Amino acid sequence: MNEADSGTIAPAVLRGPNDYKSDIKPVWCPGCGDFGVVNALAKAMAKMTLEPKDVAVVSGIGCSSRIPAYMASYGFHGIHGRALAAGTGLKVARPDLTVIVTGGDGDGYSIGGNHFLHACRRNVDMTYIVMDNRVYGMTKGQPSPTTEPDWDSKLSPDGTGLREFQPLVIALTSGANFIARGFTGDPNGLAELIEQAVRHPGFSFIEVLSPCVTFRPEQKEWKKLVKPDAFKPTPDMPRAARRMLRDTGFDLGVLYAGERPAFAPRGPRALRAPAELEARFTL
Amino acid sequence: MTAGNMLLEAAAHAGYYALMTRSSGPQIRGGEAAAMLRIACEPVECMEDRFDVLAAVDWENVHRFNAEIPLGASSLILADPDQGEPPDIFVTSGATRAALPLKKLAKSVPEGRANMVLLGALAALLGLPDEAVARAVEKTLGKRPAALAPSLAAVAAGRAAAAAIETRFPLAEPPPTRRARWLLTGNEAAGYGAITGGVRFVAAYPITPATELLEWMAPALAQVGGTLLQAEDELASVNMAIGGSYGGVPSLTATSGPGLSLMVEALGLAVTAEIPIVVVDVMRVGPSTGIPTKSEQGDLNIAVHGLHGDAPHLVLACNSVADCLGTTQWAVQLAEALQSPAIVLSDQFLGQARAVVDRPPDIAGDGGRTTAAAGTPGYQRYAITANGVSPMAIPGTPGLAYTADGLEHAERGTPSSQAADHFAQLDKRRRKLEAHDFGARWADIEGDAASDRAIITFGSCTGPVREGLARAAAYGVAARLVSLRLLAPLPVTQLIAALEGVTRVLVIEQNHSAQLYKYLRAECDLPGRVTSVHRPGALQFSPGEIHRHLVEWSRT
Repeated sequence: MNEADSGTIAPAVLRGPNDYKSDIKPVWCPGCGDFGVVNALAKAMAKMTLEPKDVAVVSGIGCSSRIPAYMASYGFHGIHGRALAAGTGLKVARPDLTVIVTGGDGDGYSIGGNHFLHACRRNVDMTYIVMDNRVYGMTKGQPSPTTEPDWDSKLSPDGTGLREFQPLVIALTSGANFIARGFTGDPNGLAELIEQAVRHPGFSFIEVLSPCVTFRPEQKEWKKLVKPDAFKPTPDMPRAARRMLRDTGFDLGVLYAGERPAFAPRGPRALRAPAELEARFTL
Repeated sequence: MTAGNMLLEAAAHAGYYALMTRSSGPQIRGGEAAAMLRIACEPVECMEDRFDVLAAVDWENVHRFNAEIPLGASSLILADPDQGEPPDIFVTSGATRAALPLKKLAKSVPEGRANMVLLGALAALLGLPDEAVARAVEKTLGKRPAALAPSLAAVAAGRAAAAAIETRFPLAEPPPTRRARWLLTGNEAAGYGAITGGVRFVAAYPITPATELLEWMAPALAQVGGTLLQAEDELASVNMAIGGSYGGVPSLTATSGPGLSLMVEALGLAVTAEIPIVVVDVMRVGPSTGIPTKSEQGDLNIAVHGLHGDAPHLVLACNSVADCLGTTQWAVQLAEALQSPAIVLSDQFLGQARAVVDRPPDIAGDGGRTTAAAGTPGYQRYAITANGVSPMAIPGTPGLAYTADGLEHAERGTPSSQAADHFAQLDKRRRKLEAHDFGARWADIEGDAASDRAIITFGSCTGPVREGLARAAAYGVAARLVSLRLLAPLPVTQLIAALEGVTRVLVIEQNHSAQLYKYLRAECDLPGRVTSVHRPGALQFSPGEIHRHLVEWSRT
């Protein structure tokens, strides 16, 4: 199947996960965690029986931001750091679409950090999946905001010495309505998290541990460190915050499932002919 | 400022045309402010060389406005003697002086205010009818009925006191047959033009002097079923608008120079991914924070050349308060038809000036965006077509799923680093702009078509150039006037045709580095000897200043 044909499948046909993937071969290195996200996304979409034509996957720049082209739904591969802004505009202009924003830790937490805060706060009904490998992979191995302070690289030969960015804490305090952590080594668990995230109203955030086997080969060990179902979902923010104090960085599951209503335009809305606005100027 | 607005509205109700600009000190709210008005029997697009009357409630920090309030020997300074002497700069103009104890007169009326006394006095000096003034006062104070009676009493006191002033400036009779007229700012006109052009999604980040455009649109868009979203910064607002437009909804944002600087990367994405979007740049004095409350045409360079790579796109310029409507509407239509970003250059003067204008003529819409039909066999988003425009798939349409991409791509939309794809897509993106028939709206062409001289200008310079040229005609100066509305792609063929037989060209613009002059010289072979008149902002060109330049030019 090629990408252009993918949406022509009659709605009555039951789609399998593969029907949600395009025929484009990913640019990723063999063993990259991001393959697991494509699989989990496709699985979740199939499970929800979403129409590919009604889903838009939006991204910025980076290895993981290549995902839109690998899905059979509509895609938007924009500029570095601005995926959440583009996704927000799309969802607010087209509330009928399911919008899933994807990207990496550099794209989302560094150059796009401000948009991350405000997307959490704005609580538009969409899902944000960050594939966190604690490195800039596309530019061949520089430290990202989530990189450990003592990780050496050409750009930081003695490590950054900087404390890691805490995406889940930031999301919680900024107002995200659904917060979870997944792992690409567990595509079934991840698919389940994605499904819950998409179904949950408002802004849903999933931090996905997605190993970079090329520049961070030590991350192959993550599969031994992760703790499935360590988080038990709660709508209680203080409780979720306390839970974060014991977070190992490898605890998986839904940390927080809030009850805030999703963003909706406020104030009176009426459908009038544009020409009626003339009365405001007419003498 | 309140009294200035009321005087403007009173003139409007009495059947006149008028223009009002305002100036205030650096304080966020309150403090000294000046309202500048010109009232006439025909539409006016700029201030005169001198004001007839300077009416001052007090002289606090008036030095901030000196340069904006030129007076002459035939002017009148109307002021409260209890507020001290007028500054020397006004006195040395030789203007006549009239004393009116504004504060004392205000105190003679319960709850009376000095600015309303002044309004009454000015109405008397101009011969504005009582009912027009009363209507303007009632309109402003309609929601505060308690303030209405004292204000009208104060206006009456001012009118009575002004009877003793001998120097008067009676307005001529207003035009007997009244055309449909509007009272609005350029920012409001641009907002309305965006809506008539079809915009239904706006992402907004406040910035002087574009904020009022966005504030006007917020409730107006809701009324026509659209949405305005406040963004966290300009990087977000432009990307939100691109996202909304990718979803098939015509989208816009408005900003000023500093915001436009932040937006140019995303505009390159809109060029490459072929997503329509309109950015209205209400230019202010730059660079950097510059002078946020003053006008300058310094963003032409960034608007035309600011994008990296070879990124053909649309740049248009509004040339009057009323034209902010038509040009913004046209920009939306062009952006949609050509799947291209369009930058509309307005400026602080046009955006914030409030004017009585003839109702602009309706401009026909066009076919809008070319979209692809559901299930188009072998659909390719970036297919190479004869006119360069490829049908756009809108999310939700079955069978057309594709990924819009800022990466260079093959026709199908898949990323490509092949030279052949790059050439083909570059050519296509350029062709769709160059092959388009822009019709007659690319410029306003007026003046003496038989003359072998031509003036080229754009934007808010057009008003003073038009008036300066008309004035210079009495001194035997004749020229064609070309006010460019379409700046990019520059309609070279049409421009050269409009300059047929011309041996002298004068390019007039309001910036320090002759940006338009250099752009024109780079893009086309202008005929004959080409000279430039350019100076930076804060102050607008006056008709007299243009007149002097034209007389000097006519001797070359």
